[in-house]
Amino acid sequence: MSITPPYDHIAVQEADFDVAYEYQQLRKDNRSDGAIVFFSGLVREMNQGSDVTGLFLEHYPGMTLTSLEKIVEQAKQRWPLSRVRLIHRVGQLHVSDQIVFVGVSSSHREAAFDACHFMMDFLKNRAPFWKKETTSKGDVWVQALEKDQTALEKWQRHDED
Amino acid sequence: MINVLFFAQLREQLKTDRIQVDMPTPCSVAQLQTQIVQQYPQWQAFFENRTLMVAVNQTMVESDEMINPQDEVAFFPPVTGG
Repeated sequence: MSITPPYDHIAVQEADFDVAYEYQQLRKDNRSDGAIVFFSGLVREMNQGSDVTGLFLEHYPGMTLTSLEKIVEQAKQRWPLSRVRLIHRVGQLHVSDQIVFVGVSSSHREAAFDACHFMMDFLKNRAPFWKKETTSKGDVWVQALEKDQTALEKWQRHDED
Repeated sequence: MINVLFFAQLREQLKTDRIQVDMPTPCSVAQLQTQIVQQYPQWQAFFENRTLMVAVNQTMVESDEMINPQDEVAFFPPVTGG
């Protein structure tokens, strides 16, 4: 397993990101990996029963980056990943805006798929971000879903196998 | 002195994003919560919420975690990023 710092990237930012650029950073001069898997999360117009026109992402500035670094570290311990890129946006977003990017490269696709899935599940439960939606009924804080917590248990059960 | 931060819906409910609590340390997170509610009785319902999450020095912990002087403690609702 090789860790190549110039290609790894973890960021919390207001600015948008370019998926094509992120993909190239996973792919560029990469002769050892047979798989790249990435996920990007978007603001959708319908959530928890209301029509959404905007989304404000609050975070805990002193903690967010560290918590993302921990998630990447855990994924790297668990799967043979060579490059990992994780970006989470904060601040004011609008419908169809990109919120999050998780991308990894690995020698095999199973590791890449699982690692992306794992990082999103952990991010949903362990990183201090909170979404407040602007809807036709006013501003509402998004409520945490039980299915997101259950998703974590799946990975923990996996550990005990 | 313990620095205490609040985020998201909890910050709005308490109408402040931070307080300082003067109490003997080390103490547990649970003891800190009791002290806060004694100082601000109007906050009781918000601190009795079992879904409340807590971080000490930017790491998520359970309520038996010990707190030392100058530690930064943060209380917040379940996270909803991603």
